[in-house]
Amino acid sequence: MAKVTIDGIEVEVPNGSNVLQACEAAGIEVPRFCYHERLSVAGNCRMCLVEIEKAPPKPFASCAYPVNDGMVVHTDTPMVRAARRGVMEFLLINHPLDCPICDQGGECDLQDQSVGFGGDSSRYLENKHAVANPNFGPLVKATMTRCIHCTRCIRFSSEIAGVPEMGATARGENMLVGTYVEKALSSELSGNLIDICPVGALTSKPYAFAARPWELKKTDSVDVLDAVGSNIRIDSRGAEVLRILPRLNEDVNEEWLADKSRFALDGLKRRRLDSAWVKKDGKLTKASWPDAFAAIADKLAGVAGDRIGAIAGDLADAESMVALKDLLASLGSTNLDARQDGAALDVSRRDFYSFNTSIAGLEEADAILLIGTNPRHEAPLINARIRKRVLAGGLKIASIGPAADLTYKVQTIGTSPADIAGLLDGSNAFAQVLAAAKKPVIIVGQGALARADGAAVLAAAWKLAAQVGALTPEWHGFNVLHTAAARVGALDVGFASGKTLAQMLGGGVDVLWLLGADEFDTAAIGPNTFVIYQGHHGDAGAARADVILPGVAYTEKEGTYVNTEGRVQRGALAVFGPGEAREDWKIIRAFSAMIDKPLPYDTLEQVRARLVAVNPVFDRVDHLPRFGCSDLTGPAGDAQALSSVPFTAKIANYYMTDPISRASATMAACTDAHQSPSLAAE
Amino acid sequence: MTATTSPLAAPDRTEPTSFAFDAISLDAIAKILAKYPADKKASGTLPLLDLAQRQMGRVTGSAWVPVVAMDEIARVLDIAPVRVYEVATFYLMYNTKPIGRHHLQVCGTTPCWLRGSDSVRDAIKACTGIKHYGETSEDGLFTMSEVECLGGCVNAPILQVDDDYYEDMNAESTTALVEALKRGEKPARGSSIGRQNSAPEGGPLTLNTIVGE
Repeated sequence: MAKVTIDGIEVEVPNGSNVLQACEAAGIEVPRFCYHERLSVAGNCRMCLVEIEKAPPKPFASCAYPVNDGMVVHTDTPMVRAARRGVMEFLLINHPLDCPICDQGGECDLQDQSVGFGGDSSRYLENKHAVANPNFGPLVKATMTRCIHCTRCIRFSSEIAGVPEMGATARGENMLVGTYVEKALSSELSGNLIDICPVGALTSKPYAFAARPWELKKTDSVDVLDAVGSNIRIDSRGAEVLRILPRLNEDVNEEWLADKSRFALDGLKRRRLDSAWVKKDGKLTKASWPDAFAAIADKLAGVAGDRIGAIAGDLADAESMVALKDLLASLGSTNLDARQDGAALDVSRRDFYSFNTSIAGLEEADAILLIGTNPRHEAPLINARIRKRVLAGGLKIASIGPAADLTYKVQTIGTSPADIAGLLDGSNAFAQVLAAAKKPVIIVGQGALARADGAAVLAAAWKLAAQVGALTPEWHGFNVLHTAAARVGALDVGFASGKTLAQMLGGGVDVLWLLGADEFDTAAIGPNTFVIYQGHHGDAGAARADVILPGVAYTEKEGTYVNTEGRVQRGALAVFGPGEAREDWKIIRAFSAMIDKPLPYDTLEQVRARLVAVNPVFDRVDHLPRFGCSDLTGPAGDAQALSSVPFTAKIANYYMTDPISRASATMAACTDAHQSPSLAAE
Repeated sequence: MTATTSPLAAPDRTEPTSFAFDAISLDAIAKILAKYPADKKASGTLPLLDLAQRQMGRVTGSAWVPVVAMDEIARVLDIAPVRVYEVATFYLMYNTKPIGRHHLQVCGTTPCWLRGSDSVRDAIKACTGIKHYGETSEDGLFTMSEVECLGGCVNAPILQVDDDYYEDMNAESTTALVEALKRGEKPARGSSIGRQNSAPEGGPLTLNTIVGE
């Protein structure tokens, strides 16, 4: 630790810190553009100048100057003020005065710091240079005339995103930040460029000219478009969600957000179910809530409990799932399933189906084995965390599954479940790497479980984890990586009992209640099965439904979600749902009253109390304790029955995985830019 | 050498669709990469760009580095293509646009300018038809660029043609040089007034006589 005095305030900071960090520790604001806590230090904007005693009498760039014990720093001397004012004047030489038409206006570092540290007027009369705007694809809008060459975007794309496409070409006055060869940015984290750009050079294309930041209502919530549970802020105006931004959570998403989570929001306005529909004479017709409920009640009368089933979708909140579970119980049914992909998850113990190492825990791992998973598409932020660990050095990482570019180098040691056997008997060299590792991690993807020998893969992966010492009282290295935000929550409330999804299809039940379930082959539902679809988008499930109950999307309700780690988080209502749509647990509660079997809760608090009664983990909101594993008994499944059929990718198109992103025009544009074969061939 | 065009034909100045290092270059690449540790191959960016540019000059008659060549370099060195683009566009000696068969680089820095670089420039303009720096003549033989100090101030003004320095130039010697190049000749490099290296003009003036003799 080093003792540093900043403007008379004494602070202790770790050795190797820079002066800027010491200033922050002392609570003193130092203006900066190029410096970013999570990126390498560039030291090229020169805005963070400070004066240091007993050093040469010149201003120092505090972001690039390491602290010494006993250092005395001044941040508010005439020299510092003059130096910063001078730097600001240089930065503004070529920066256009187009704040009124710039989307960054109101949340622009350059604007703020110009007011705080710049001069009061411009002395510059010459022409400013102008730069042609490149096309970075459907997400990021580039106005490069505004660029101040801080190189944050270049460092982000090569360091964090791991897709080094941005660069600084030419030099001096002619320096250009861009891709040189015009192309759509192919990172799943490209939206973060918008956040880290300190000026209006990189802004959001879908949000262009939509609103000013001070007009927006900000609601803290969680994302549901993958199973990471990224913390988000929903910015809305009136009844419309205008943008979604990440919220800092060091344990989950740090300060980043994946592109689908950020940009799929226009899907919330399209293909929405805004009223109830009932099928009459083979045709869906608009109906009132009482009519829709009556149609269901009529059908349910006389149906045996065992012939009723429910399937929860990938975006369902825990409240609605527990309500639906209680409703079916009152009807005498336990036929519940949330595993739409048929993944062979063992629900008997929580650590059999969650990401036990935790996302932040990945940074401690020293060997990682991926089984049947492409984390870049299934959970871009977990992939970014693995990449962060890779960059820290000393990590051995291998994959069994289809070859893919994960943004870091991975040793592919197999393609099919049979290759796990090679690790179990030690014939594969990576078995020794895992065994020698102090904190080995095994990550099993849904692509490895949603197949005929899924149970065997799960059992074999656990057995391997136990064998290589990944399961100790201090360290839990067995992980299941989910792709659906609702999955762990569904398993936690016990939404996997009685008949499985496969048994309910093909006429296995007479009445099937789909709670936003769209990700399975609805054509396999028996022709005589009466289907109730409760959800927010007119997608596959609604197309097959006999009755449609309009629910609301995640931005429109108070919901509890459990991410792949098992972290319980709460989403919040930012806007109200369209038309007749209602919060999902309330729909189920209302229906239960209609059939005279009222569920015993009337308020959100009571539903949440019921959740805690069903599973105490729901009491642990936002907090996930780290845990080890002391019971090595594995999940059910024959670890020997491993086939040699290769694993396949779980997600074919990252940009379209759920009803919201499928309805999104922005995601469709991304699909065109990145997935279409004609472009790929170019 | 596998020249596909005769020395006098106009060079091919279109963006190629593919690029592969030829045998001469591959031989050189092996020697260059042997100088660096395997995980520091990126250090080979500058020499490989030069190789690619020379190969383009050899094969097409226009010594420049197209994007496909930069991509190939990135592949060989196992780095991101944009890192190669950055380097290639930073250094002015890499031509990222097609140029003429001969690159006439006029030094315009103060010593050369004082010694008459403007007349060198004007002579080139007159006999090639080039109007401005950066332009290529219509026959595709010459591109004229202004460069900063070439470090040959003693023999100013300097005209660098491709790799060679032509020194002590004036309008007449420049015209003669350009005309010779047009005929496909390659005049001897060095001083055009017969100066030996950087010795004083007109031969040695000191130590010819012993003081006091």
